[in-house]
Amino acid sequence: MTGYVLHRREVLAAALADRGDTLFVTGLGSATWDLASLGDQAENFYLWGAMGNAAMIGLGLAIARPDRRVVVITGDGEMLMGLTSLTTIGARRPANLAICVLDNERYTETGRQPTATGLGTDLAGVAAACGFLKTATIRTETESAGLGALLLRTQGPVMAVAKVVDEALPMAVPPRDGGYLKTRFRIGVLGERAATLP
Amino acid sequence: MDEHWSVAAHRHFTAAGVRQVAYVPDAGLTRLIERCREDNAIETVMCATEEEGIGLSAGAWLGGQKAAVLMQSSGVGNTINAIASLITSAHFPLFTVVTMRGQWGEGNPWQVPMGQAVTPVLEAVGAKVFQADTAEDVAPMIEAGLRMAYSTDQAVAVLVSQRVIGSKIWVADKKEGGQ
Repeated sequence: MTGYVLHRREVLAAALADRGDTLFVTGLGSATWDLASLGDQAENFYLWGAMGNAAMIGLGLAIARPDRRVVVITGDGEMLMGLTSLTTIGARRPANLAICVLDNERYTETGRQPTATGLGTDLAGVAAACGFLKTATIRTETESAGLGALLLRTQGPVMAVAKVVDEALPMAVPPRDGGYLKTRFRIGVLGERAATLP
Repeated sequence: MDEHWSVAAHRHFTAAGVRQVAYVPDAGLTRLIERCREDNAIETVMCATEEEGIGLSAGAWLGGQKAAVLMQSSGVGNTINAIASLITSAHFPLFTVVTMRGQWGEGNPWQVPMGQAVTPVLEAVGAKVFQADTAEDVAPMIEAGLRMAYSTDQAVAVLVSQRVIGSKIWVADKKEGGQ
């Protein structure tokens, strides 16, 4: 619970430095602010709600776009709420999907109450038991050096859990209009004509 | 027309370009699920809970594919925040086929409250509801519902009545009746 050394935004920034044309989905709250803090772009679909659904949005996207890498960035509370989706993803095994849980063992947005990941639940272990091809729990600087390769280049489904410091960070607020974020993402992936015409 | 509604439903999925079908099994959906599973143009995704299907459908659309979500009426209760918070908030299309329990001839009292709540609850979160009371209603409602969902970017649900799929008969000390 204590003694973690990794800082979520530093870990993420280093891992995603060469994100290329990767498509991102973020779970609501901290994970959305974290990805936005690295710079806003069309290929980021941020959730501002729909808690528990980030991984499944990633699966639908990964099936629709087998030619693209899809990475879901989320928090431990959001992943716990969508835990059943790990069984579904494990059964379907999309090679182009990776999930990164930035795990501070807290429901950060609601007042930093403890989550089950600090009380026994091992999310990488759950994912492994569901049939994920590659799982890892990252605790040290040395281990975090491999996070980019896990998320961007390792055959999926990948579950990478980074145990991070529980810290108060400034909000980095991306656009919040869901219709705008959806259409902007679709234009980024499909082109304006295919994304907007019937 | 003697054709089972599932055959026509699958034909409309194909005509509309549905590429992903999420489902949680229900006896009334058996034939439609099987037809979709046998179709190489459709990716079927078995979900552990219906809420997952809502996310899958939105993700498919982000990547340019249409989806359909198949569930029993009890499962509608598991989808409500996802429909409200994701589909309605961000104006995603969503098309779902719901096989009903808890209405026509229901023999299990535990099914009735959720079955009766399906329409008001879906409407409360912004979904449009088409109620198919006869087998002849189902196919045209699926065709129209798919078009509406994907032309107007909103949630559309086709409810297939228990009158169409049949009621389970519960008799003590006897094997349960047909579905």
